[in-house]
Amino acid sequence: MADLYHILAAHDGREGPLLPILHDVQAAFGHVSEEAIRAIALHLNLSRAEVSGVVSFYHDFRRTPDPRTAIKLCRAESCQARGSEALAAEAERSAGSRVRVETVYCLGLCSVGPNAMIGEDLHARLDGAKVAALIGAM
Amino acid sequence: MRVRISDDALAVACGADAVAARFAALGHEVVRVSSWGMHWLEPLVEIDGRGYGPVAASDVEAILDGRGKQLAIGVVADHPFIAAQTRLTFARAGKTQPLSLDDYAATGGWVGLERAHDLGAAAIVAEVTASGLRGRGGAGFPAGIKWNTVRLAPGERKYIVCNADEGDSGTFADRMVMEGDPFMLIEGMAIAGLAVGASKGFVYIRSEYPHAIRKMEAAVRLAAPLIAPFEVEIRVGAGAYVCGEETSLLNSLEGKRGEVRAKPPLPAHEGLFGCPTVINNVLTLAAVPFVLAQGAQAYADYGMGRSRGTMPVQLAGNVKYGGLFETAFGITLGELVEKIGGGTDSGRPVRAVQVGGPLGAYFPPALFDTPFDYEAFAAVDGLIGHGGITVFDDSVDMAKQARFAFDFCAAESCGKCTPCRIGAVRGRETLDKVIAGESAASNLELVADLCETMKFGSLCALGGFTPYPVMSAITHFPEDFGPRTQEAAA
Ligand SMILES: Cc1cc2nc3c(=O)[nH]c(=O)nc-3n(C[C@H](O)[C@H](O)[C@H](O)COP(=O)(O)O)c2cc1C
Ligand code: SF4
Ligand code: FES
Repeated sequence: MADLYHILAAHDGREGPLLPILHDVQAAFGHVSEEAIRAIALHLNLSRAEVSGVVSFYHDFRRTPDPRTAIKLCRAESCQARGSEALAAEAERSAGSRVRVETVYCLGLCSVGPNAMIGEDLHARLDGAKVAALIGAM
Repeated sequence: MRVRISDDALAVACGADAVAARFAALGHEVVRVSSWGMHWLEPLVEIDGRGYGPVAASDVEAILDGRGKQLAIGVVADHPFIAAQTRLTFARAGKTQPLSLDDYAATGGWVGLERAHDLGAAAIVAEVTASGLRGRGGAGFPAGIKWNTVRLAPGERKYIVCNADEGDSGTFADRMVMEGDPFMLIEGMAIAGLAVGASKGFVYIRSEYPHAIRKMEAAVRLAAPLIAPFEVEIRVGAGAYVCGEETSLLNSLEGKRGEVRAKPPLPAHEGLFGCPTVINNVLTLAAVPFVLAQGAQAYADYGMGRSRGTMPVQLAGNVKYGGLFETAFGITLGELVEKIGGGTDSGRPVRAVQVGGPLGAYFPPALFDTPFDYEAFAAVDGLIGHGGITVFDDSVDMAKQARFAFDFCAAESCGKCTPCRIGAVRGRETLDKVIAGESAASNLELVADLCETMKFGSLCALGGFTPYPVMSAITHFPEDFGPRTQEAAA
């Protein structure tokens, strides 16, 4: 895991480096493995339990890999008011076992929902057909 | 021809990049500016001051040929939605390129910081106090008082932390500041640094805002020489709503679980890494350059009662004219929803609006005469929070919305206190029984009891304020919680 050591080194000297490190690890490997937790704990002079506790607290970090690409569908109140709940069912149908449908609470586009994010690409004013097309193209 | 199109994430989500690419492909110069905040018109195209929107890439040729009449909105700056606003914080919205230092300086940028250098710490704090500026993150605490506490706190090392976690549904003003006018926020933080004697600032941005993160990172690099020796660093959240709570946020910045800390000590005394810390919302800090540049009185001249200045109100959900509406405090909720917002987007009657995010109360139209003001909202058992208004039409099921409030609290609870962690789950179960028609009256009493326990026994407002949406839904929309007949449920 050469990359992991580069990541750790890149954050040396930073105040409170754990979250930035975990973000980089998650981005590089798609999850934060047991092995990564051990290495991070050692490097930061923390216990493994402490690092694990942090990883499990935040929704963004995964302990296990998931090969599927993800679509994050907003299901917070403003998107609910614009029909996100009906869309969620449609998204699950289109996704099947190929795509992971995640719930996100607000993308800050609350006047033009329902909204979704794939990677860093944002999609607004969705309806059933648009969601199906988005997922089909993933 | 010079064509102006926003590069704000909302415009981009609505297809602005494709529109920009089409104009460029036809040989026109495209300037990417901040968003005017008229979201129903995005992507908005501006040519010689005149606007067209919402524009699709396939409309571009028609606009260039003068056939785009049905998309034309006239002079953008004169649009009634813009003309009716008092834009102090959003004065540059739609007008400047977000990462242009030249644009920023040419529109009054850095004047506040220069004046702050001349004034010195005590006088800066006095100015902010006199402006009446209150925290825009939700609690409405006077910014000047917080700053003075940090200024007077002993300590070599102090920090400025900008709370850009903006987790409330129905809000996007922080995002628009960071993407549209990032130097203004950085200037506000630098002024705060001078005021309290801090040389380092952090901006904690939620991970759901990748565009804002990139803009702020670029802006911090560009502005570094202008604010030195003060330094700003961008940090990214990790998908936990509770990390918007200030002490949870500090734990997160330190690399810990985002659990809420008991107060005291206040962050102003022992905040980040145990040092005295100013923690303010994006809008609070973004209002500061105006206060310093124009003087406290210029800001305090707007507003009503103890709510001074302006509030960037965010019109969201099922609303016809959604977007950013900055206005002096005192405008009524009804004016905002019906007159400015134009009612629902679906064209059906407005049934409920939730003000202040997931912890805010639901209001029926009967309360639309409530003025937008911290105290007036508290008087009707609500809060203005971060200024988001989510509109619902008459298809909304308020029992479901109340259930969602418990659900959200259960999902996002940091787990530190029992009333929040357990109460939210129990509340959801109990409401499920009500929804299923099982002894509604006694179960609703149980919900009310639970809400009392959560309200008074929770450490922070996640558990403490979840009763607002729940109880307001029950109080104002009792018909949705009654025993349901077959047809009503259908
Ligand atoms: C659960 C919870 C979430 C919060 N989320 C935010 C947030 O996203 N942004 C924010 O500025 N304040 C948020 N707050 C309020 C902060 O705790 C704090 O009051 C604020 O950062 C202080 O800044 P201000 O005085 O400028 O408003 C939240 C509070 C709670 C209890
Ligand atoms: S009320 Fe909930 S979120 Fe707040 S401290 Fe208690 S358990 Fe944590
Ligand atoms: S509620 Fe969906 S983007 Fe804000």
